[in-house]
Amino acid sequence: MSGIDEAELSRLMRAAIAGNEKAYADFLHGVAALVRGFARRKIVQGGVDPEDIVQETLLAIHTKRHTWRSDAPVLPWVYAIARFKLIDAFRRRGRRIEVEIGEIAETYASPQAETVSERDIGRVLDSLPPGQRLVVSSISVEGRSISETATTLGMSEVAVRVALHRGLAAIAMRFGEERA
Amino acid sequence: MKTDDLIKALNADAAHRTMPLGAAWWLAAALAAAVAAAVFFSTIGPRPDFNAADHTVRFLLKFVFAGSLAVAAFACVRALSYPGASVRRRLPWLLAPLLLMAAAVIAEMILIPRQDWVERLIGTNMKYCLMFIPMIGIGPLVLFIAALRYGAPPRPGLAGAMAGLLAGGLAATFYAAHCPDDSPLFVATWYTVAIAGLSLLGLLGGRLFIRW
Repeated sequence: MSGIDEAELSRLMRAAIAGNEKAYADFLHGVAALVRGFARRKIVQGGVDPEDIVQETLLAIHTKRHTWRSDAPVLPWVYAIARFKLIDAFRRRGRRIEVEIGEIAETYASPQAETVSERDIGRVLDSLPPGQRLVVSSISVEGRSISETATTLGMSEVAVRVALHRGLAAIAMRFGEERA
Repeated sequence: MKTDDLIKALNADAAHRTMPLGAAWWLAAALAAAVAAAVFFSTIGPRPDFNAADHTVRFLLKFVFAGSLAVAAFACVRALSYPGASVRRRLPWLLAPLLLMAAAVIAEMILIPRQDWVERLIGTNMKYCLMFIPMIGIGPLVLFIAALRYGAPPRPGLAGAMAGLLAGGLAATFYAAHCPDDSPLFVATWYTVAIAGLSLLGLLGGRLFIRW
């Protein structure tokens, strides 16, 4: 997945905007591969999980896809979003370190290394209202289609689409808000 | 959650259509102009001699200054709302109102005797200026911050400050029609202070409310 270039990505994005779902999936996989490489290169000392940066970037690219202009190159747009999410993650880690130092001073305990990512989307998913959570996890983790999800949960397809959209927007928003 | 699973969810949501950001900016600009006009005409309105034929260069200059500031700030704030867009190409636009005002101030100082400078600078109603430019501009500022929230500004504080500059330029364009003080010395001082206040407010608003 490393050979994807500007021309290919912008072709996929244009096709996706025109309604081609396969193109959108290919675009997102291509972006994920690029951002994964970018995040792994930039994160040298740990503490931030590169895969979290990949997922947050994908979410932001999706919820902010109206900020891409079809006449502009797609790579600078993708990397600007990835960089924003990476800086955001580092900034938070900086704050966490300050907190940890404060705790050490009080308790003389040595801090445990972070092993579980704090920003994992799965955790945020758990905090969604039940309707949205069931729909998002049905489509993502369980891999069902919109219509299968509608049948399984006894909802209309429109209601599934609305719950999915709101759920994804809420997850993206949660990451943005955590910055403060 | 695995990244591939996330992609499945995003892909299933692909059919959801949203307004392009460019269109959202024009909508925000139109609404902001309408709000500013409504506040202006329902409170102070244009000055009595607005339609008089003897529109001096000084009077017209106020509109060129405030209007060009609004246009330049609009171009900049739009660029700031797109990730990866070049803002540096737009920033020089802001020099136009600055250079224009600097030239006007120098010309005024050459034309007006030294002992009148202070009187011209203080003018007759700087309190109105400091009160009404922010009052006309606050509604537009809220709209521009909303447009920035819809966008994805990588530098929320800077984008908010630019939105404040835009709201200030827009508000000053309206206020200039009321303001009886036409001297560039007055405009360069008090308009600038009022617009800078809105810009500072925009900076705070950007930091606090623009999250994505």
